[in-house]
Amino acid sequence: MYAYSEFDRAFVRDRVSQYRDQVKRRLNGSLTEDEFKPLRLMNGVYLQLHAYMLRVAIPYGSLTPMQMRQLADVADRWDKGYGHFTTRQNIQFNWPRLIDTPEILEALADVDMHAIQTSGNTIRNVTTDQFAGAALDEVADPRPYAELIRQWSTDHPEFQFLPRKFKIAITGGSDDRAVIRAHDIGLQLIEVQGRIAFKVFVGGGLGRTPIIGQQLHSELAAEDLLPYLEAVLSVYNVAGRRDNKYKARIKITVSEMGIDVFREKVEAAFERLRPAFTGQDLSVLGEIHADFESPSFLEKSQDVYFNALDSDTQFRTWVERNVNPHKHPSYASVTISLKGHGNTPGDASASQMRVMADLAERFGHEELRVSHEQNIVVPHVAQADLPEIYRQLGKHGLATANIGLVSDIIACPGMDYCALATARSIPIAQDIALRYERRESEIGDLKIKISGCINACGHHHVGHIGILGLDKAGVENYQITIGGSAGNDATIGRKMGRGFSVEELMPALDRLIDRYLALRVDPSEAFVSTVQRLGTTPFQEALYAIDKAA
Amino acid sequence: MAAIKLPVVITANDLLSGEAVYWHLSGVWSTDLTGSKVFESLEQAQASLQRVVSDAEVIGAYLAEVLEESNGLVSRHYREGFRARGPSNYCHGKQESLRQKVAV
Repeated sequence: MYAYSEFDRAFVRDRVSQYRDQVKRRLNGSLTEDEFKPLRLMNGVYLQLHAYMLRVAIPYGSLTPMQMRQLADVADRWDKGYGHFTTRQNIQFNWPRLIDTPEILEALADVDMHAIQTSGNTIRNVTTDQFAGAALDEVADPRPYAELIRQWSTDHPEFQFLPRKFKIAITGGSDDRAVIRAHDIGLQLIEVQGRIAFKVFVGGGLGRTPIIGQQLHSELAAEDLLPYLEAVLSVYNVAGRRDNKYKARIKITVSEMGIDVFREKVEAAFERLRPAFTGQDLSVLGEIHADFESPSFLEKSQDVYFNALDSDTQFRTWVERNVNPHKHPSYASVTISLKGHGNTPGDASASQMRVMADLAERFGHEELRVSHEQNIVVPHVAQADLPEIYRQLGKHGLATANIGLVSDIIACPGMDYCALATARSIPIAQDIALRYERRESEIGDLKIKISGCINACGHHHVGHIGILGLDKAGVENYQITIGGSAGNDATIGRKMGRGFSVEELMPALDRLIDRYLALRVDPSEAFVSTVQRLGTTPFQEALYAIDKAA
Repeated sequence: MAAIKLPVVITANDLLSGEAVYWHLSGVWSTDLTGSKVFESLEQAQASLQRVVSDAEVIGAYLAEVLEESNGLVSRHYREGFRARGPSNYCHGKQESLRQKVAV
């Protein structure tokens, strides 16, 4: 893990001190809300439906046990005893009081954390593969590059007032687990003749205008990463539309300009900017790499593990769903599901956070990750320790074996918390999880993603089944898309037709899933594969069969 | 923008806690929708809103549509309903403190 330097610590403390004074001035009336709002947002403090919300940055989703414990303490001391892990690999606290937020930020600074650039038209938290540094299919660990981008983009004077927010995702695996083509910039590490390079995608994004990112560069030399990113951002900063908030993202800039013209402008900017990068970035990258060396893997007898696999079917099921292969043959990566049936997706109680911290300390080489699918990952675990980890997780409601199944739903906070939402997401996710709890193993891999408004924080466009909650004449209404995908074959799902009321939604999903079960070649053909093979028509017919019958 | 349907109440968020609050008959802000001053005239509502909108203790005051039902005041729109009751995923927001108040 990257270790803060004294510069980093001083910078964060300084920001807390500034913010403390800003809150003081707001409370004594020296600052109006209009004056204060941009200042609090720069420190991750939003005003939501019921309370303030504090969004804390978790750089590329990486946490130490100490940091996780501090988050638990924040939840207990200043919130309602839980935190919500987000699709951007961050955590949100839903109930802080404004007056407490400087104290919270101070407590976060104690463990090298902050909330800077978790809001505003800046470069946000760089996200990456939750299995980075551990994955079997990895070309190179993306985290050093993500950290380099974090350092470059934090407080970057030119990019604090971009036309709109800017999100960068990076993956090192051949299997894209970071949804890179749904980001403003997506980076894929590749190896070209023994050297590390990047495929660069640009102009992806979800929201009201979902677009899959286009390839901007086929093999950018790794050493050119920062000047090239600076070139892309510089072009966007000038060409991005500031006249219309809904057309201000880079996806619209690229789409209106055309990828070829955009590329020409970037190349010209790159030629101009590159000489300014004289090697300091590469020297910093070298230092960062040292912080991300693999832990010293332990050799342990695997007898306990194999015996448990043979004798305990529940453990075996959990391993099949929640455990991923690791680059070290006797290790694995564990995904801890925050999707217990009927629970709020992504929520963890303070006590659960402490349990996860303890397990990472005891068995996981002191590393934890937040996945964009709102689960927690312990990336480096000896297979020999899996039975004990499973046992401990089970004691704390964390051993749900559902990764990739119907109940492993991404859901935005929706109208239960979010001031922008047009409908609820979480209760829909809860209902679906409970409804399919007994059938989800039979159904198999099926990613459902739910957003409570057109901004698509729940990634519904790339769900195998996407659900979008809207306000239709004062009533919650849910549109269904199908066939979306977030992986290497990133695809925007197709809207099926009229939306469904809350009461209609579950029976509609039943018809959709029953049609899939009837049409699949065999249980190994996942829902999205059946849609890809047959098209959406049979599913559309199933969804709207009741309209024809009426 | 759709025309406001009467009756309405004045609502805002509390500066310190961020909680949804309502302008009460007693001339104070309260977290409870029940007891809100109900306006049957838009002109009167807007005049009162102008008077309280700059209150230092609240943020973003606006008019919210309500219905006066036999069991009391309820929000007309579901968004306002969640603001008044708390999140619907489980009982841990305003509904929790209201329940505790009833229990006492």
